[in-house]
Amino acid sequence: MTVTDIARDSVASALEQGKVESHLHPSGSYDVADHTAPTGREEVWRFTPLKRLKGLASDAVFNASTTEITWNTPDGVRVETVVGEEARGLRGLSGYKPSTLFGARILADVPETLLVDVPDEAEVAEPVIVNLVGSDADNTEAGHVVLRFGKFSKAVVVLRHTGSAALAQVVEISVGDGAQISVVSLQDWADDATHLTQTEALVGRDASYKHTAISFGGDLVRMDANVRYAAPGGSAEMLGLYFADAGQHIEHRLFVDHNEPKTKSNAVYKGALQGKGAHTVWIGNVLIRKAAEGITTFEENRNLILTDGTLCESVPNLEIETGEIEGAGHASATARFDDEQLFYLRSRGISEKEAQRLVVHGFFNDLIRKIDVPAIEEQLVKTVEDELAKNVIGKNI
Amino acid sequence: MSILQITDLHVTVDTDDGTKQILKGVTLTIKDGETHAIMGPNGSGKSTLAYTIAGHPKYTVTGGTITLDGVDVLEMSVDERARAGLFLAMQYPVEIPGVSVANFLRTAKTAIDGEAPKLRTWVKDVNAALGAADLDPTFSQRSVNEGFSGGEKKRHEIAQLGLLNPKVAVLDETDSGLDIDALKVVSEGVNRFAANGDKAVLLITHYTRILRYIKPDFVHVFVNGRIAEQGGAELADQLEATGYDKYVKAAV
Repeated sequence: MTVTDIARDSVASALEQGKVESHLHPSGSYDVADHTAPTGREEVWRFTPLKRLKGLASDAVFNASTTEITWNTPDGVRVETVVGEEARGLRGLSGYKPSTLFGARILADVPETLLVDVPDEAEVAEPVIVNLVGSDADNTEAGHVVLRFGKFSKAVVVLRHTGSAALAQVVEISVGDGAQISVVSLQDWADDATHLTQTEALVGRDASYKHTAISFGGDLVRMDANVRYAAPGGSAEMLGLYFADAGQHIEHRLFVDHNEPKTKSNAVYKGALQGKGAHTVWIGNVLIRKAAEGITTFEENRNLILTDGTLCESVPNLEIETGEIEGAGHASATARFDDEQLFYLRSRGISEKEAQRLVVHGFFNDLIRKIDVPAIEEQLVKTVEDELAKNVIGKNI
Repeated sequence: MSILQITDLHVTVDTDDGTKQILKGVTLTIKDGETHAIMGPNGSGKSTLAYTIAGHPKYTVTGGTITLDGVDVLEMSVDERARAGLFLAMQYPVEIPGVSVANFLRTAKTAIDGEAPKLRTWVKDVNAALGAADLDPTFSQRSVNEGFSGGEKKRHEIAQLGLLNPKVAVLDETDSGLDIDALKVVSEGVNRFAANGDKAVLLITHYTRILRYIKPDFVHVFVNGRIAEQGGAELADQLEATGYDKYVKAAV
């Protein structure tokens, strides 16, 4: 009996123990009445400071939006706000069936949908950049966004959030068969913003989908980035970069549902924390369903603690229902600076602060290169620099 | 004139089994124009001496002094030592993901010189230093030491030696794990540096092999945290024939 056989047997016997449903198997419903407001005791809400959400997860009134939305439209791409029948027809396009009250409320109650529509076989070189500029941190509002990528299309879409808002949001993404898609969601909010957002993607046969979540600003940002597959052969690359300052709560949760065979996923999230009360949460959920034979998945979270007084939580979570897979793994590391790296740089005459700056830059540059959207790369490097200027370079740490 | 003077140096290191005395009174004077080889068996404290000179926080100096041109080195931080003219080529250079060799070299050069290098000549200088170490110019776009082969790491250390141009170079087993071609490249780099005349070299090695390419003026045999014997280049030849056994036995 080989090691693999033993592993298979142990998986098989574990499965015979009877089905234990984890939180990765929510039933979901479009009916608002089927949902209740979270109390904070639920597995999926226990890290989130609900009191600071301004009711977005429960009963906040979704007011008329005070967020200004502008975009560019490269040739062949349609971007517009649609309402009525067309908007309703787009609800659930990604197969999204809400398992939260706010998700159900957005699908049922928000009248308009911001649609980015990339037709079949369109190859769009220029990134579609949608700017969402908030103007009122106390105006609770909600948005529904749909990114529809046709078969064999190639495109990059950036959702850039700036300014102040209290925004609940559902982003639905449909990636057609064979498409090669990159979606970047940038949360570069002002310090008083609140953002509760759920991204749901459905990846077509042999399609490749890259999702990058970048969070710098906001008082509270919580993003759930989920992926499912419409057919075998799809691949998902989930990247994340976040930087929490004093008092900020930044929460990234991802869920890759390997529901089809021969699918792939790879997740890399990197974060840094500085200042009193800076709080980050990373939850990496991966489910490998019984049907999902021959898949590979790997997820990784790395955090760099820059000062005292921060709180960093990192939970990789892998649930496996079949042993017939190519590979599955996860890694998580949270640490202060590596003393050996600092020693090496300082032994070349580089001051301690400059050495720290180089190490943090390197930590993030590694990831920024993977995003591979030159239009925002320079800005990201600069934003990291600005964040560091607040603490690492400016003060003793 | 530069003189690195080590006097009655005692060093401890904290281990899981408590504090351990590694260096037990080392006295050594290295002047510019001189190449000193320190040879000794594993665990004799050779690397501890190198890292103590560079200021690694793991090592605690419990007695003795180190001065460079009369100035107290032990009072200096790690980066101050480098800016004062000390350079340590490490046995295990550290990987710094995401930091390019080009960025690293420019930052180090700026720190050492106190001003940014001239843009016009800098790229040429970097390519020349890399070329002399048998490294391709594209090397400067790679992350520092990440994915480098053993030989590339050592040659990268030697390229830095050429660019940063210190007063005193301490080479900690730079020859370990090198094939003969890489060993020649590394030795030529050290010889080029030493040929400037006003430079001092402290070469730490386990093997005599590298001494066929770098001729030491002085050889010190290091055993059990002390210098057990000193001599000229001929001492290395003798060690090649007899090994360290008699010194190790004498020290017990």
